[in-house]
Amino acid sequence: MRDLTNDILELIRRTSSSLPKDVEERLRAAVEKEAPGSAARGALETILKNIELSRANSTPICQDTGTPIFYVHYPEVCCSTRKIREQIRAALAEATKRSYMRPNAVDAVYDNNTGDNLGGDDFPYIHFEEVEADKPLVIELMLKGGGCENVGRQYSLPDNNLGAGRDLAGVRKVVLDAVQKAQGQGCAPGILGVAIGGNRGLSYTKSKEVLFDKLGARNADPKLAELEERLTEEANQMGIGPMGFGGQTTVIDTKITGLHRLPASYFVSVSYMCWAYRRRKMTVWEDRVEYD
Amino acid sequence: MRSITTPISDDLVRELKVGEPVLLSGVMVTGRDAAHKWLIETFIKKTREPKDGDLQVYEDLKKLLNGSVIYHCGPVVSGLDTKEYKFVAAGPTTSIREEPYQADVMKHFNVKGVIGKGGMGAKTLKGCQEVPFVYFHAIGGAASYIAQSVQKVLGVYKMEFGVPEAMWGIEVKDFPVVVTMDSHGGSQHAVIDESSKTVLDDLLARPY
Ligand code: SF4
Repeated sequence: MRDLTNDILELIRRTSSSLPKDVEERLRAAVEKEAPGSAARGALETILKNIELSRANSTPICQDTGTPIFYVHYPEVCCSTRKIREQIRAALAEATKRSYMRPNAVDAVYDNNTGDNLGGDDFPYIHFEEVEADKPLVIELMLKGGGCENVGRQYSLPDNNLGAGRDLAGVRKVVLDAVQKAQGQGCAPGILGVAIGGNRGLSYTKSKEVLFDKLGARNADPKLAELEERLTEEANQMGIGPMGFGGQTTVIDTKITGLHRLPASYFVSVSYMCWAYRRRKMTVWEDRVEYD
Repeated sequence: MRSITTPISDDLVRELKVGEPVLLSGVMVTGRDAAHKWLIETFIKKTREPKDGDLQVYEDLKKLLNGSVIYHCGPVVSGLDTKEYKFVAAGPTTSIREEPYQADVMKHFNVKGVIGKGGMGAKTLKGCQEVPFVYFHAIGGAASYIAQSVQKVLGVYKMEFGVPEAMWGIEVKDFPVVVTMDSHGGSQHAVIDESSKTVLDDLLARPY
C-alpha cells in the first residue's frame, strides 16, 4: 500500500477551507427567503462571503476547526488499518502546522493543549469499516464544531415534561424541543442528525454518522423520510433564524437513523451541526486520488 | 445600514435598538476568559497585585478601551515570529462565559460595546442600561471574512495568556454585527426565545 499522508493532508485542507457544494447551495437559497436589510439576511450574506474567501485563500472556514471524525472504508485484502491510522495522524499534525487546523486537543484532566491535534488514541476519532475486495479505499472526514456540539441533546423516552412517549410522535416532540433550546447558539442555520434507539454512546455516534450523507437524501424507510421532512419544516416555523436573529431558516435539513434498542431503553440523540458543515471524501484509485 | 466608528458616544448608544444591523469601524480590543478575569482581579476588585509592566498595560488599555469596543474572540494570528501580526481567522466566541465580569469591566473602562456570539445574561443587560453600552452579535463562524475587516494590529497585551487569550488592540473597517442587547433593556435573545417557545408549545399540542 502506498503512503497516503499527503493525500490525506489535502483532504483535510479541502474539508477545513472549502464548504461542500450541497451545503453552499442551501445557504444561497436561504438568503432569498429573508427580507432585504434584515439581520438574518445580513448574516447569511456574510456567511457566503466568508465561504468564498476561505476557499480562495485555503484558510479555515471557521477558526474552530472542530473534532476531526474520520470514517475509513477499506477493501478486504488491501490495507493495513494500523498504517492508515498512522498516516491520518501524521497528516493531521502537518495540517495543524500549516494552519489548516487549529490545535484543538485539550487534555481534559490536565488542561493542556497538545498543540498538534493528536490526543491519546481517540483524538482524532477514526472509524474503520471493511468493504468488498473490488471496492476502492474511501476516507471520509467531518469536522464537528464545538459550539454546535454543546447544544446537542439526548433524551430518554418517555419524557413526561414534553409528553413524549416511546414512538415517532415522541421522537418528533423531543427533536423540536432540542431545536428550541439550541436557539442560535449552534451557529444556526443548522443540520440535525438524529438517532433513535441504541445505547447512550452508540446513539450519539450514529446521530453524527448520518451527517456524512448528502443533503436532501432521505431515509429509505418512508415513515422516517416523512418525519425528516416534517421536522425541518416545523423547526423552521419557530422563527429562530440564522444566528438566532429571527428568520425563516433555522434548520436546513434533518437526517434520522433508526437503531435497535434494549426493551428497557429508548434514547433519542440529536447532534446539531452548524452551518459550517465541513465534510469531504477521498477515493483512492489505482493511479489517482479523487476528492469530492 | 448604519455605519459606526469608534469612539461611540452615549447618545449614539441610546439610539441603537435590538435587531439593527451595523457596520463597525475603528478601535477594538479582543478579550476572553483570561483577560476578563485578570482585569477584574488586578484593577477592579484589586485582589491580586499587578506584576511588572501591568500598570503600563493598564494605562494603554484605558486609552484604547475608552469609548470603544471589546471583542470576544480568540484569533488565529500569523507573523508571530517577526511581530508583523496579521489576523487570519477571527470569528466570535461564546460570550456567556464572561457574564460574571462583563458589566464591571465595561463600567470601569467606559467601554461602549461588546461583540460576541450567543448573547449574555441579566447582569450584563442591566449594565447595558446603566453604563450604557450595547451588545453586538457577530456572525458565528465567519472567521476569514471578519479577519479581513481587521486593517491593522495596534498592539498585543498579556501575550503570556497565549495567542487566543491575549488582548489584541486592532483597527477594523466595516465589521458586520447586529445589535442584540440594547441600553433600553431590550434583548433579541429573550424575545426570540419566548416567541419560539410559544410556537413549540403549539407544535407539541398538535396530534402526530
Ligand atoms: S458552531 Fe460551527 S460555525 Fe459556530 S463557531 Fe463552532 S465550528 Fe464555527
